[in-house]
Order: sequence, then structure tokens, then C-alpha cells
Amino acid sequence: MAEITMTVNGRTVSGTCEDRTLLVQFIRENQGLTGTHVGCDTSQCGACVVHVDGKAVKSCTMLAAQANGSEVTTIEGLASGGELHPVQAAFREHHGLQCGFCTPGMIMTAVDMIRRHDGKLDEHTVRSELDGNICRCTGYHNIVKAILAAAEEMGSGSKVAAE
Amino acid sequence: MYATTYHRPTSVDEAAKLASEEAKYLSGGQTLLPTMKQRLAAPSDLIDLRHIDALKGITVEGGNVRIGAACTHSEIATSEAIKGVCPGFTYLAGHIGDPAVRHMGTIGGSIANNDPAADYPSALLALGATIRTNTRSLAAEDFFTGLFETALDEREMVTAVEFTAPDKSGYSKFRNPASRYAMTGVFVCKRSDGSVGVGVAGAGSDGAFRSPDMERALAGDFTPAALENISIDPSGLMSDMHASAEYRANLIKVMGKRAVQQAV
Repeated sequence: MAEITMTVNGRTVSGTCEDRTLLVQFIRENQGLTGTHVGCDTSQCGACVVHVDGKAVKSCTMLAAQANGSEVTTIEGLASGGELHPVQAAFREHHGLQCGFCTPGMIMTAVDMIRRHDGKLDEHTVRSELDGNICRCTGYHNIVKAILAAAEEMGSGSKVAAE
Repeated sequence: MYATTYHRPTSVDEAAKLASEEAKYLSGGQTLLPTMKQRLAAPSDLIDLRHIDALKGITVEGGNVRIGAACTHSEIATSEAIKGVCPGFTYLAGHIGDPAVRHMGTIGGSIANNDPAADYPSALLALGATIRTNTRSLAAEDFFTGLFETALDEREMVTAVEFTAPDKSGYSKFRNPASRYAMTGVFVCKRSDGSVGVGVAGAGSDGAFRSPDMERALAGDFTPAALENISIDPSGLMSDMHASAEYRANLIKVMGKRAVQQAV
């Protein structure tokens, strides 16, 4: 058995699990944070994307033991004090979801993408960066629109903050 | 996934001591963990190599590139130092899997697995790279020995990859749209002495290979047109539900031309 201690959404959590326990199982079953979804379980669909030490990873393809000692952010950790994260707000505004199953992974991927590209995104980049996230409802169009809008919003926000 | 025991060594020696016939080294885990989930692999122990400092880091000195085995595809793809001397290589790394996979998967893990559809082996063969392990150094030609087969012994692990940057390099692949693995990928490089390296991924039924015919054609004239009259023999190429050997033979030529076109 593995004794796991990690920071999840800013809170230090501990738990015991089998060495073979996947990070997504630890998050959902041990921590009760069911916002992170399991879609395909074969590393293809991206519904399980979370951030580990600031990087988007597929939590179905990482052991909880591998993430021992790491900082993990899940979809539950994005909003602050009842206010949606700009990417969450943009998904709502631009109808970036229908059934919502892929949405947690889409949003975590989008936040990571915007950070890595410093908010400078175009449609082609967003579409190719969404390679690892599958949506079966939207046809991606509004997801792409939402991410571009959020990137712009976050970019202009940081500009204001810098001034 | 069957039960396993996880280990987190902090040195190469400690990791090697934990190794056994039933154990497996775990690097990024982007192939090994899915394989274990399908119960196609069931190692008794997993030896995590992500916390060993000696396996990390990228150094570029002049034209000499050294990439630690535990460097992720993402670290390689975004390395300005490597991009400055061998942009074909960073392009290749940036087109493996998807962004989340690239954050975890490592070059050491990828080449130790030697999936016939993996990208790196083609580049390392074309570049004439050296593979360093905890016990020896091997030329890429000697390291990759067949389908999912390498020269690595049981306790041996890849510690770094080294190569001399060429004057020009380029990579082009035709991705399987579902798996994103290369159905065929071609890496080309032109060295300062005028010689050319061409490595082919995703097509050979024995894994990645060099194409001496294409190397000869490009050595005289490093342009896409030089490959126009090349004909690739489909015997020895993979035939599967995704593409026939003949189709892959044609893809090698097409991807080769595109790689030359893109080479900088």
C-alpha cells in the first residue's frame, strides 16, 4: 500500500491506496472530487485532465504514487470564492458544452494551453492543442470560441494588471 | 491493472539495484501504464525514474546535444537550445501524442520501448546518435534491434541521448488520426560534410530504419525533387488495418519530400 500526501486545490491531503491506484481514482474515490471524469480510460479522451505541478496531465495515465508530494489542481480548484475562472465563464458564455462530460478536461487543458502560449492563441493553435481532448457533442466549434475568448480576456486582464 | 509495488529511487545505482526480471522501469508511463491497464503487462515492481537528477537536463555545447533520458517530450519540444541547432528534432518532439502526453512521456522511455510507430528512433538513426546507458554507450544502429526490441539488458536503463547537430534537419509524419502514432514518419538531416541521414518511423515491420537509397539521392541534391524517382520497396514494410505495405512505401517518399522541404 502507498501512503500518499499531496496538495489538492491548495489543501494538503493524505490517504492510503494501493500502489496501482490511478491518480484519477485517488482524486475521485479517495478525495471525493468527482469533477474529474473518466471517459475512455485509455489516455485518448482527456476528460480526466488535471494539473500536476502546473502541467496538464491525464490522471488516468498516472499513478497516485507517482503524484505523491505533488501539487494537483482539479476543476474544483479553478473558481475562486463563487466566481468562475475566466475559462469556465467563457465556456458558459459561448455554449462550449452540451452534455458536459468532457468539460472538466477541456477546461483544464484550456487553462494549461493559455498559460503555455501566454494568452496568444489563434484558432489553428487551439484546435491542434485540443488533440488530446475528445468531445462527442459540440463539434468543438464553441469550445474553440470559448478558449479564444478566455485567452483574450485573460491576456487583457494581465495587461491591465501590469499597468 | 494487476497489483504492483511502486519504488521511487533517487539515483541510477539505487534504481538498478531494484531491477529484476519481473520489475519494470517506469519513466513517463504513457505507454507502460495503458499497457498494464489492459493487463498486457504485469510487472511485479515499478521503478520510477522521474526523480533521478542524473537523468534530467538538456545541454547543448556548440553542436553537441545531450538530452537526459528523463526529459519529457514537452521539455525537448520547447528547448530553445536544441531548436537553435536542430529544429527538426524539437518539431518531432512537439508532435508526439498530445500536450498532456508530452508533459509526462520521456525520450528515454520512448526509445527503450522502441514502438515501431514511435517518432524518436527515426531521428536518432538518421542523426547517428549515441545512446548512453548506465553501463555503456551504443550507436543508435546497434541500440534498436527490432519490433519493441532494444539492446538493453535486464537491469540496464537509458541515461541520455547524444548527437551532433546537423546543418539542416526536418521531420514529417502522417499520423494515424485516432492514435496519433506515425503511420509513416521520415526524419532527414544534412551534415556539414555533405552527407545525409534519413530515418523512417512507423513503416518498417522490424521497427525504424535508415533508407540508404534516399540518403544517396539527397546527398547530391538536398531537394524534394531528388526523391522524385526513388522507388521504395514495400517488402519489409508493415501491412495492417491502417495501411498496406505499398501505401506505406509511397508515404515514405511523400513524407521524405515534405521533411526535406521543411528542413532548416
